[in-house]
Amino acid sequence: MTQAPLLLSVDNLATHFFSQEGILEAVDGVSFDIHAGEALGIAGESGCGKSVTAQSILRIVPKNGKIVTGEISLIQNGETVDLVQLDDRGQEIRQIRGGEIAMVFQEPMAAFSMVYTIGNQITEVIRLHQECSQDEARERAIEMLQRVGMPQPEVTIDAYPFALSGGMRQRAMIAMALSCHPALLIADEPTTAVDVTIQAQVLELMKDLQRDMGMALIVITHDLAVISELCDRVMIMYLGKDVESAPADVIFRDPKHPYTVGLLRSVPELGEGHSQELDPISGSVPSPYRRPTGCPFHTRCPEFIPDVCDVHMPPQIELGAGHRVRCHLYVQD
Amino acid sequence: MAQADAVPNKANAATDASPGQPSEQPEESNVPSSADKVLEVSDLRKYFPIVRGFFRRQVGEVKAVDDVSFHVNRGETLALVGESGCGKTTTGRCVMRAIEPSGGGVLFRKRDGEEIEITTLSRPDLRAVQQHMGMIFQDPFSSLNPRLTVLEIIGEPFVTRKLIRGRRQLEERVAELLRSVRLDPTYMRRYPHAFSGGQRQRIAIARALALDPDFVVADEPVSALDVSVQAQILSLLKELQTELHLTYLFITHNLSVVEYLSDRVSVMYVGQIVELGRTDAIFERPRHPYTEALLSAVPVVETGKAGRRRERIILEGDVADPSNVPHGCTFHPRCPYVQDVCREEEPQLIDLAGANGSQPHFVRCHFAEELDLQGVRH
Repeated sequence: MTQAPLLLSVDNLATHFFSQEGILEAVDGVSFDIHAGEALGIAGESGCGKSVTAQSILRIVPKNGKIVTGEISLIQNGETVDLVQLDDRGQEIRQIRGGEIAMVFQEPMAAFSMVYTIGNQITEVIRLHQECSQDEARERAIEMLQRVGMPQPEVTIDAYPFALSGGMRQRAMIAMALSCHPALLIADEPTTAVDVTIQAQVLELMKDLQRDMGMALIVITHDLAVISELCDRVMIMYLGKDVESAPADVIFRDPKHPYTVGLLRSVPELGEGHSQELDPISGSVPSPYRRPTGCPFHTRCPEFIPDVCDVHMPPQIELGAGHRVRCHLYVQD
Repeated sequence: MAQADAVPNKANAATDASPGQPSEQPEESNVPSSADKVLEVSDLRKYFPIVRGFFRRQVGEVKAVDDVSFHVNRGETLALVGESGCGKTTTGRCVMRAIEPSGGGVLFRKRDGEEIEITTLSRPDLRAVQQHMGMIFQDPFSSLNPRLTVLEIIGEPFVTRKLIRGRRQLEERVAELLRSVRLDPTYMRRYPHAFSGGQRQRIAIARALALDPDFVVADEPVSALDVSVQAQILSLLKELQTELHLTYLFITHNLSVVEYLSDRVSVMYVGQIVELGRTDAIFERPRHPYTEALLSAVPVVETGKAGRRRERIILEGDVADPSNVPHGCTFHPRCPYVQDVCREEEPQLIDLAGANGSQPHFVRCHFAEELDLQGVRH
């Protein structure tokens, strides 16, 4: 397989929040690459920094947060732009948001304004990024709605968001995100708020669209099964660190980091029957204000090595083609 | 399983329409006798009126629960599963009479064999019966009063029912309950905000178990929790069931959890039960197209094990509107096997057990016996 060109490269990204309770290191030294047309899944429990990573890429981190270090390079037509260096309210990033990189949110009701029709909102996006008349934009919006499988797009384009069902709203939001043919789509928990049969529809749609439009995809979710359905590569995060990243077929067959192993063992699997044993990870995610010393996972780790794991932050270790893990178990000396 | 097993037995089907009825007795040997049934729900209905205008004229009704019948055996877990809006939560609440059902009967059988018809009880009598039932809610962040300490939350049922008078005695009982849900009893003076989501759900479970109930309704108890914590709570619920001989009515949308935890499952669609039977039998070979589609819609982790990939059935459209249910079979607009008869005639809940001579297996589909549907492999 020939490697597609590099599209986005995140290097040692750290985003911290400054609040009265102290400094919250939401993302702390995360690196990954995405090639054109590739699908990356970012998984982890709540508070592990997966959403903040996405917000950092689009430069929409909430006000009290700040990208402290790192580079986010977007490579388009041979030109490299470091998104961290851009003014987060400037013209350049606004062209990239919605243009080169689009985002789909978990709750479609929050992404759409209630007082405009979905057609209004989609054509607004199109006209912001592309030179075209109102009529042309409307035509493209209808085309896009048709593409995402909206029934009767000529009619539904004039519907208000609240008049649509959950699945339809999710489709409308995907249509809006894709209306400018982005090179990268970031989907933050795209199916968490919908029912399983609708989830199956949305997953199938995203797979088709990604293949047909050749765009890259970042899927952020806590559901490893969703990632397994959609993604080529997986990055597992825990308390702001990328603890393991690998190709999807490798990580699910042969997980290395104790956290990844624990995550996979703690969900009951359909088809495994009544007698399957769950092996839950003990405890819960510590408060990010009181981050453990050394390896962030050592307080819950079944493989905990005293005087090593609680003292030193494990380095990132390369275990094979694209398989990286941050764990002292794999340190060779 | 060969197709030949499914000999049509319409004669049986016509007389035997609801699972809670005693008419289902031919295979008595397999079925626990009625004395072992904690709960028998028959033709339960809950219609919510749709009112409009200044005079609040009733213009229609939402059939949230429509003629639902089932029973729960002592010591087992019955799962109610379905998508949002299918009436599973409403059923759970009607059973406890947390909301008033519009019709039907709920027979509760106490441990000593005393039978109580819940739907006709007066308020004070109802309170006495509710002592034998516990309830666990989805979101532990909103189900615990933030102004009360853990001691007050768990101790409240004892105080309001005047079961324990002494402070010392109350503290002892609460400590015991906290230990049973694997929490440190010294935490009892703290407020809920000091606990994580998983710990709060443990507190909620301790409260539900405070009065030593026989029967617990758990409404999506793990849906709001983190993945690693979900497993802890599921294991805890399973352990408590064996320790305390609990009977669960477990409401969830998560089919993997259903398979893990339940003995029998009832699949609901738009206020009705479409399939009811043993979980392993239904998951191995569903008889209703909706169950088949639900099972196939669940994404699975590709671990490289053989035979994991299943062909996916993508249902078109959305769940039907319960205020305006489709004519005939409620599932027909989305059903991949739809025939003309489905659009015209409403199917009855029939028992297929007579056909294959095993455990009761109820299905509401015209073609339950003919269709060869795909389940999940074991």
